[in-house]
Amino acid sequence: MNRLAQIFVKESILVPVVAIILGLVTGAVAMLAGGFDPLLAYQSLLKKVFGDLYNFGETIRQITPLIFTGLSVAFAFRTGLFNIGAEGQFIMGMVASVYVGVMVDLPFYLHAPLALIAGALAGGLWGAIAGWLKAFRGVHEVITTIMLNWTALYFCNYILNTFLVPKGQQRSEEIKETAYISVQWLSEMFGNARLHWGTLLALVAAVVFYVLLWKTKTGFELRAVGFNPHASEYAGMNVNRNVINAMLIGGLFAGLGGACEVLGVFHYQAILSAMPGYGFDGIAVALIGGNTAIGVILGAILFGVLTYGAAGMNFGAGVPVELIRVVIASVIFFVAAHGIVKYILKPLLSRKKEKEVL
Amino acid sequence: MKKFLSLLSAATLSLSLLLSGCGTGNTTQPAENGGNAQQPAPSEGGQAEKAQLRVGMVTDVGGINDNSFNQSAWEGLQQLEKDLGVTVRALESTGDSQYIPNLNQFVKDGWDLTWGIGFLMGDHVKQVATENPDAKLAIIDAVVEAPNVASVVFKEHEGSFLVGVVAALMSKSDKVGFVGGMDIPVIKRFEAGFKAGVKAAKPDMKVVTIYTGAFDKPDLGKSAASQIYGQGADIIFHASGQTGDGVFNEARARKDKGEDVWVIGVDKDQSLTFGKEITLTSMVKRVDEAVYRVSKDLAEGKWEGGKPVALGLKENGVGLPETSKETVPEEILKKVEEFKEKIIAGEITVPEEPTE
Amino acid sequence: MRLRQAETVVEMRGITKRFPGIVANDRVDLRVKKGEIHALLGENGAGKSTLMNILFGLYQPDEGEILINGQPVKITNPNVANDYGIGMVHQHFMLVEPFTVTENIILGKEPKKGVRIDIQTAAKEVEEISRRYGLKVDPYARIEEISVGMQQRVEILKTLYRGADILIFDEPTAVLTPQEIQELIVIMKNLVQEGKTIILITHKLKEIMAVCDSVTIIRRGRVIDSLAVADTNPDELAAKMVGREVSFSVDKQPAQPKDVILSVQNLTALGSRGVKALNGISFEVRAGEILGIAGVDGNGQSELIEVLTGLRKAQQGSVTLKGVDITNCTPREISEAGVSHIPEDRHKRGLVLDFFMSENMVLASYYQPPYNSRGFLNYQAINKQAERLIAEFDVRTPSIHTQARALSGGNQQKAIIAREVDKDPDLLIAAQPTRGLDVGAIEFIHKRLVEQRDKGKAVLLLSLELDEILNVADRIAVIYEGQIVGIVDPRETNEQELGLMMSGGKRMQGGSGDE
Repeated sequence: MNRLAQIFVKESILVPVVAIILGLVTGAVAMLAGGFDPLLAYQSLLKKVFGDLYNFGETIRQITPLIFTGLSVAFAFRTGLFNIGAEGQFIMGMVASVYVGVMVDLPFYLHAPLALIAGALAGGLWGAIAGWLKAFRGVHEVITTIMLNWTALYFCNYILNTFLVPKGQQRSEEIKETAYISVQWLSEMFGNARLHWGTLLALVAAVVFYVLLWKTKTGFELRAVGFNPHASEYAGMNVNRNVINAMLIGGLFAGLGGACEVLGVFHYQAILSAMPGYGFDGIAVALIGGNTAIGVILGAILFGVLTYGAAGMNFGAGVPVELIRVVIASVIFFVAAHGIVKYILKPLLSRKKEKEVL
Repeated sequence: MKKFLSLLSAATLSLSLLLSGCGTGNTTQPAENGGNAQQPAPSEGGQAEKAQLRVGMVTDVGGINDNSFNQSAWEGLQQLEKDLGVTVRALESTGDSQYIPNLNQFVKDGWDLTWGIGFLMGDHVKQVATENPDAKLAIIDAVVEAPNVASVVFKEHEGSFLVGVVAALMSKSDKVGFVGGMDIPVIKRFEAGFKAGVKAAKPDMKVVTIYTGAFDKPDLGKSAASQIYGQGADIIFHASGQTGDGVFNEARARKDKGEDVWVIGVDKDQSLTFGKEITLTSMVKRVDEAVYRVSKDLAEGKWEGGKPVALGLKENGVGLPETSKETVPEEILKKVEEFKEKIIAGEITVPEEPTE
Repeated sequence: MRLRQAETVVEMRGITKRFPGIVANDRVDLRVKKGEIHALLGENGAGKSTLMNILFGLYQPDEGEILINGQPVKITNPNVANDYGIGMVHQHFMLVEPFTVTENIILGKEPKKGVRIDIQTAAKEVEEISRRYGLKVDPYARIEEISVGMQQRVEILKTLYRGADILIFDEPTAVLTPQEIQELIVIMKNLVQEGKTIILITHKLKEIMAVCDSVTIIRRGRVIDSLAVADTNPDELAAKMVGREVSFSVDKQPAQPKDVILSVQNLTALGSRGVKALNGISFEVRAGEILGIAGVDGNGQSELIEVLTGLRKAQQGSVTLKGVDITNCTPREISEAGVSHIPEDRHKRGLVLDFFMSENMVLASYYQPPYNSRGFLNYQAINKQAERLIAEFDVRTPSIHTQARALSGGNQQKAIIAREVDKDPDLLIAAQPTRGLDVGAIEFIHKRLVEQRDKGKAVLLLSLELDEILNVADRIAVIYEGQIVGIVDPRETNEQELGLMMSGGKRMQGGSGDE
């Protein structure tokens, strides 16, 4: 509980805020060097995100999958594993849920949940493969998850091409409406922005993440194994089983994210010519969020706002996409490298401490 | 500049095609409109006078500098800005999920016309068009059935036929090659046309075909090209987007070693990018022209949505670039011209699917 | 006794070094005379290492000055220290394992022949130095192939090769066997005879009495006293170091052994490298006694503990606890059968350093009620348990929500003992329970072990410190190459006899374990 409180103590609020500002300033310098107006660009960014309900809704849509993949990476990280494979787990979640969405006929109260469960399980099992390989064959999870990303990509395309894509198309058939998790009335309220129940699920997932890690016996084991497998083994925990569990649960988060994206946003699955990138962004989100539940949500919001608002900078100030990526990267750089920010803030923080002592 | 003038004349020519419902061969005279092409048309309703016309386009994930149709479309719009003083703007998409918000950015902002560039955006253009029946949209390379969407597709097989003729006549071997991106109908049209062209010029010629399965994998393109050249072919036609960069790389490497090999480019005049030493010619899709023309129609109050337009040789929507004169001998180009006229006249019908 | 030369080579005046929250050195004065062995004595965390790190240029003092040979100097980094002839032999060796002895010694100061390293010349030079100071090494052996004692000699050679006149030894005996310690003492005396000066950081009084000329005692960052070794005795030094009277001999009544609790018969197991580490070992531990296992490191002690606690599989033989076969059971099964274990490496096996103290206190029992109810942890119960143990065992920690990492070694060890003893086990296995701890903590831990014995528990104590074994154990089993080579009564043996047995030179009858 006091961990949750720690997040809100002065320094932990001040540091990220200053980091974001430093990132924006650095980005502004880059834009000035490129001959663009940074003030106009940032205005456009804010206008794009908060300017009207439609775009605000779409920003939420953009944030949602990042929460899932961020949680996936953060969860594995908490247990001492580096899950580069959220991408592949996400893709597996997408393809499993689209398969159920297209091929199965059920009433809505069964269809959508089944498709979600299928997606989550597919992602989870995909992650568990890497966990199994680590536990019983000693293969490092970074290697296996990277390779499984590609396997997932091509496997997904194979499944789509074989079962789901109509002739002459580049995407699967639409899923049945009974599998939609879109929220019609809310979408209409937000000018047809693609809002869906997945956002709520993402927040629930964050709560589950927190409770599971910090409040349960399983979480205790997972964290202990993550910090010190030797001591955990000695204390009677099954290290191998915990490694598999950790990757399984991490994969569940990512897979569920993939399912929500299909069932809530696209309603179909396009043949992927490249990795969609949700999982990789998830790594950055987890990093920004310090691998805590609340941090991941905040990190996803930051990342989502920046990436969605990027179109506004492109549109409103004519900043090219490449330069916008520089801006986003510099914000993330400063947030992730909070050591630098703390160093810059050192005189300020220490003065504050002295005052507190007095 | 010369290119620009030829483009203009082509534009005026094809205006009429749109007017007449297009593709049926039922043409009317474009004379009156030709004169207005230099400035914004103060046509019926006078809406264009009140506010400046605004035309936006949304790229697919390739981005605006893709050396391909996104770039070509943007060039068309820039031309439009120059000629008619229309406000134009492009939004680049970085992921599938951004197509709709990007299209909506223009639509909700009240832009007069919004382009979606590329086959992949079909569903999204359709959805946005349905949600906003008052907005006008247009799409390249896909047919969207909605009254407020102008769809433009190309008869790639016709242009491919002509480069097939060039390949057959220029080859010093008995084989030429074809590298395709994904195995989808549009690429099949390239293959079918190319094969038909080769056979028409030299019936005994063989065509080695490889599909790489991707539009963005130069490494696959390179290995496919290496395979085809290795089998004795000396000219490869690629229809594979960025994958084709690898085909050019392989050709360059072989040329440097003294082998006499060529590549036929696609979509744009690729000799400008990869050099005339290895680029024999290109199957140019005039995306720029299509974008220019449809947008200009709107400016002149002649917007007609809902009817798909197919641009072929007759409409100058596909063809060989001017630069081919420097790489292809006069007499072969003459031969090409003959075939072109036969196709336009309907004497030759180019298949849309490979026959073998 | 040698003649004292009055010349002062190192003088530190009024050194103050503050770290966030503590003053590590508070106006410390130190005078070291040329050609002497000067001990720096203090408990863990007293500030000895900080002071020497300042002298070696790793830290900068906040106040005070340093004089070398009477000249004030600024030592901004270890290279500057080298230039002033100061060398340091660290407790944790800084050697490149796959490199040879010579390569390690010349690392960073390689003699060149054109652009090539002149290994021949270097090796010759190394041999020459090693002969002069009596430091036996094989210049072409790889570090990973040589013993810990030899690795330490390589460290010493490194400093000598760089021309050091003042050598700082940081707890040099912590990792050595008794024989190696004897050798080191000879080496140190040789060095001094050759005109070198040595500063010895230690908390072992015996060593000070054996080799040192003078001693400076530091407690809580302050100098308590500085005196000649000839004028003092271990009890006085201990009292000054800890700040109160300390008893060295463990106070205990003769053991009253009862039933056999642990019986190990013909146990065979492979070591990490696939070589037989346990070679048919047999022994018994009874309720109410402490069996000490003495031996030189690497003779199967670690493997024995791992087999007993379920971390390593036995190939042959059996382990029975109160008549129940627990051979090759899982760690949890063994723990539940009534075995507690104080691991030899507390950081690796004993604690999750990033966990709170509260979490570490239930590391092995978290899954049982009341800590776990239906999969959820009951933090109230966990915290209550932690508070109780910390109070009972006098673990000095700011709170139970402090990470284990933040505690001193002694307090970490106390916490582990609290956790393990509280399980109320039938058998308590203590592996090197006092390694790296200071006198105060050692006293505490020894008392607890005897207390457990007196409560009727069986205690198995494995230690590399002969003093500890002799003081604490009721019976001593000597392990050599994976076998018990003899069991002796501590009252009837001495270090010489044990040392001989430990090196395989003597076998006792009845080595099978039954007396």
